[in-house]
Amino acid sequence: MDLDIVELSRLQFAMTAMFHFLFVPLTLGLSILVAIMETVYVMTDRPIWRQMTKFWGMLFGINFVLGVATGLTMEFQFGMNWSYFSHYVGDVFGAPLAIEGLMAFFLEATFVGLFFFGWDKLSKTAHCAVAWLVAAGSNFSALWILIANGWMQHPVGARFNPDTMRMEITSFYEVLTNSVAQAKFVHTVSAGYVCASVFVLGVSAWYLLRGRHIELAKRSMTVAASFGLAASLSVVVLGDESGYDAGLNQKMKMAAIEAMWETEPAPASFTLFGIPDQEERETKYAIRIPWVMGLIGTRSLTEQIPGIDNLVDQAHQKIRSGIVAYDALMKIQADRENVPQTVRDTFRTHEDDLGHALLLLRYTDDPRMATEAQITQAANDTVPQVFPIFWGFRIMVGLGFSFILLMAFFFWRSSFCNQSYPRWALWIAVIWIPTPWIAAEMGWIVAEYGRQPWTVDGVLPTALSVSHLTIQDVALTLAGFVTFYSLLFIVEMGLMLKYIRKGPTEDVEETEDWTRRHEARMRGTGTIATPAE
Amino acid sequence: MILYELISYDVMRVIWWLLLGVLLIGFAMTDGFDMGVGALLPFVGKTDVERRVIINTVGPVWEGNQVWFILGGGAIFAAWPPLYAVSFSGFYLAMFLVLAALILRPVAFKYRSKREFSAWRNGWDWALFIGGAVPALVFGVAVGNVLLGVPFELTPQLIPMYPGSAFGKLFGLLNPFALLCGAVSLSMLLTHGAAWLSLKTRGNIAARARDIGAMSGLVTIVGYAVAGLILLFFIDGYAIVGEVVKDGPSNPHFSEVERTGSWLAAYLDRPWIVIAPICGFLGMFMVMKGLREDRAEVATLLWSKLGIFGAISSVGLTIFPFLLPSTLDPTSSLTVWDASSSHQTLFIMMVATVIFMPLILAYTAWVYSVLWGKVTEDEVTGNSHSY
Ligand code: HDD
Ligand code: HEM
Ligand code: HEM
Repeated sequence: MDLDIVELSRLQFAMTAMFHFLFVPLTLGLSILVAIMETVYVMTDRPIWRQMTKFWGMLFGINFVLGVATGLTMEFQFGMNWSYFSHYVGDVFGAPLAIEGLMAFFLEATFVGLFFFGWDKLSKTAHCAVAWLVAAGSNFSALWILIANGWMQHPVGARFNPDTMRMEITSFYEVLTNSVAQAKFVHTVSAGYVCASVFVLGVSAWYLLRGRHIELAKRSMTVAASFGLAASLSVVVLGDESGYDAGLNQKMKMAAIEAMWETEPAPASFTLFGIPDQEERETKYAIRIPWVMGLIGTRSLTEQIPGIDNLVDQAHQKIRSGIVAYDALMKIQADRENVPQTVRDTFRTHEDDLGHALLLLRYTDDPRMATEAQITQAANDTVPQVFPIFWGFRIMVGLGFSFILLMAFFFWRSSFCNQSYPRWALWIAVIWIPTPWIAAEMGWIVAEYGRQPWTVDGVLPTALSVSHLTIQDVALTLAGFVTFYSLLFIVEMGLMLKYIRKGPTEDVEETEDWTRRHEARMRGTGTIATPAE
Repeated sequence: MILYELISYDVMRVIWWLLLGVLLIGFAMTDGFDMGVGALLPFVGKTDVERRVIINTVGPVWEGNQVWFILGGGAIFAAWPPLYAVSFSGFYLAMFLVLAALILRPVAFKYRSKREFSAWRNGWDWALFIGGAVPALVFGVAVGNVLLGVPFELTPQLIPMYPGSAFGKLFGLLNPFALLCGAVSLSMLLTHGAAWLSLKTRGNIAARARDIGAMSGLVTIVGYAVAGLILLFFIDGYAIVGEVVKDGPSNPHFSEVERTGSWLAAYLDRPWIVIAPICGFLGMFMVMKGLREDRAEVATLLWSKLGIFGAISSVGLTIFPFLLPSTLDPTSSLTVWDASSSHQTLFIMMVATVIFMPLILAYTAWVYSVLWGKVTEDEVTGNSHSY
């Protein structure tokens, strides 16, 4: 197995996926915020809400295209760089991806054009419905892709078929209702809502600081703070759920998040701070809070959370059992028709550990010939890099609590203090704009890096998943993507800043006109005119 | 009884082979004109306003159209995983080119009109040109290579292998026959784009589009005919040896394949498939005529769609049941009978398609009807949301 290819392919996947996820969360959240704003417009008929819809809608559009452009790469990368993965699990993994196209991408992409071009061609209600369809499309897309990704974290409802040498679906229902996928979906879309809320809040705060577009900014802030408060609560609660699921299904990831080298007596303590040292297998300068980890991880006082060393020992056992499965598989393959039933039975007994035998392919061409040393090496490989996971998790969680504080504060000021905001708070809102993206990217690092060395947990090792390309192939495309994406990013940020600086430009006269008549009506002097459309 | 066994495995496979055709043809018919329009842009539009009119004819719809391409990828993944695994990694650098070109397109559409200065706008115009022309060309080249066979093999564990250096493989794809197919595909989509522009615009733009389209229509016809002749006389076909098991497990190694005779032998076995090339020629001829004589625009666009349908389905029907033949190790070749998903996955995906495809067609039709009519200069300059 050529390790450089594996490393380069991982780097390329990580880079393109993390880049994709810079745009995805804003799309997820802003599509909903825009639809909410337009609904208020339809219900109240006040042009300011239309102006808000158009303004935030335009920023949504600038962001959206890069989500689409980078998503294209994602869709084809599995085949390009992960061809054995595609063969090995395509029967299960491909389905949600294809349904995502059928159910979500078509919906969103077809209506997003109408959203921008349909202002004069549709009635108000129809246009608002289009906005909601766009929002629904983007959120469905997250649902299906996370079902796919959730399956890689916790592969249920599938089984290895020795005839076709791949995993095949046994229960689509289990794939859909995978608890990991459910928790992941709500956690991840909530993360998107937090991103969008912090974005709208921050940009509006900047307008208030500059004394511009006051009406638009204040109303936008109210929407963002209420939606954002709900979202940031949900992201934390569901983050806890994700953690609990990881504790149940991916014990190694859990142990890495906690840098827990040895099994502690229950309930385990939570390490608030520390420097995990992979070589020495210990966490230096650790500050521990007793009991907390056990409570989060198992929701009980008596259950143990296994430590890394303990899990490595278990991996040893699984590798040995996997070798038995591998041996049976080779016999089945050699003579499919005449192989005795006992061999097939042996395979079935040990099939769950087949993946662990495949870990040995890094060191030997035939796992059955593996030496004791190689088995130990492979078992040690099941430990992911602890440092980035440990710290990525803590950064995410810390930021998660900061969003609750931020949103709660602004919600309070907007609901109970007559929408007056202290300047220092407005500055914090502006400065805080990038942080939800940091939290989200950290989340992916925890989830994906923590899954290593597997692409499909316990089933298919990463080193085996890659395409047999040459180094030049992958190095070339990696360089291509880096250059290309950097340019796109610069262009996007340029436009984003330009249009934020420019602010909303449309419908101003209309708004003023309406406000004048509205005030007249309030004073009881004007005629009761219907507001201008 | 298990629900999915209602439809037998071999029938499911044929259904998914048909659906694959529907997706590819759907892609070429819808996104095809966006790509054609992009490739025509620098030549048909002379002033900035003209170019904006051209871009806005596809502005509201290209995004939805592009999903045909994405879904094509997703459906191949779900229904034909070995095909997804082998083809995209085998055509690695070619795929990268396509992706790079296709990534440029959304960005170009959206960002072009967001700044005023002409270097910015010209740059994005050329990006749209690349985003249209490069994929059109590469897809044709890929089809040509499928007809010739692709150098890959599958190990006993079904790991795809493709010997050779990166550039060797890329340039290996660029053989004369494949380039001819690329030219046919490019000119076909240019013609399709021209038919679209003649429907959606007036005056100079429509006239220029018709001129170019009539010319590229002729190129398509000639190229398509020549490719057929080359296929008849110079290129060996593939055939499954011995008994054909249609409902066995999806493992290419379980059947024997040989390189023999001509692909066009298929027309002797199944004479009815001649309908495909007939549709192809008829459609292409009628578009060319329609564009040259300035005939009814809707009809011309529909003829163009027929031509596309004929051209693509003729390839599929000719090589059936092959999906991707291997020159290196013919037995590794992927066929409809040994490169599909499991019976159950095919069934689940079919149910999903039956539910969603009619919905998609319905709302897409509704969106097109809302946007019906010519795009004019006034409209483009008057609407702040247009591109
Ligand atoms: C549908 C599946 C799926 C989804 C939704 C995601 N990923 Fe993932 N990710 C993979 C499937 C995957 C993968 C194909 O399985 C990779 C490639 C190599 C590997 O081990 O896992 C991977 C690797 C991978 C790595 C590198 C891990 C490593 O090499 O050690 C990172 C940092 C991410 N991904 C980040 C992301 C981000 C930011 C995503 C959000 C868009 C994301 N992943 C979504
Ligand atoms: C590796 C896995 C992924 C693949 C293969 C993928 C694929 C794609 C593709 C092809 C598009 C463009 C769709 C279009 O043209 O309309 C896209 C856009 C998008 N993706 Fe991803 N994506 C991945 C990860 C994710 C994740 C993890 C999420 C969210 C949690 C997500 C949510 C979205 C959203 C909201 C869009 C916006 C555009 C749209 O839905 O049309 N994607 N993605
Ligand atoms: C107290 C707060 C939080 C907790 C306890 C938490 C917990 C977790 C855990 C355990 C995972 C890994 C799931 C897995 O391994 O599959 C995860 C992933 C993730 N987190 Fe958080 N998180 C919190 C806050 C946040 C915040 C504030 C954001 C972003 C705004 C965020 C975004 C993500 C994302 C995008 C992922 C990857 C997708 C996924 O696996 O669900 N998280 N989180």
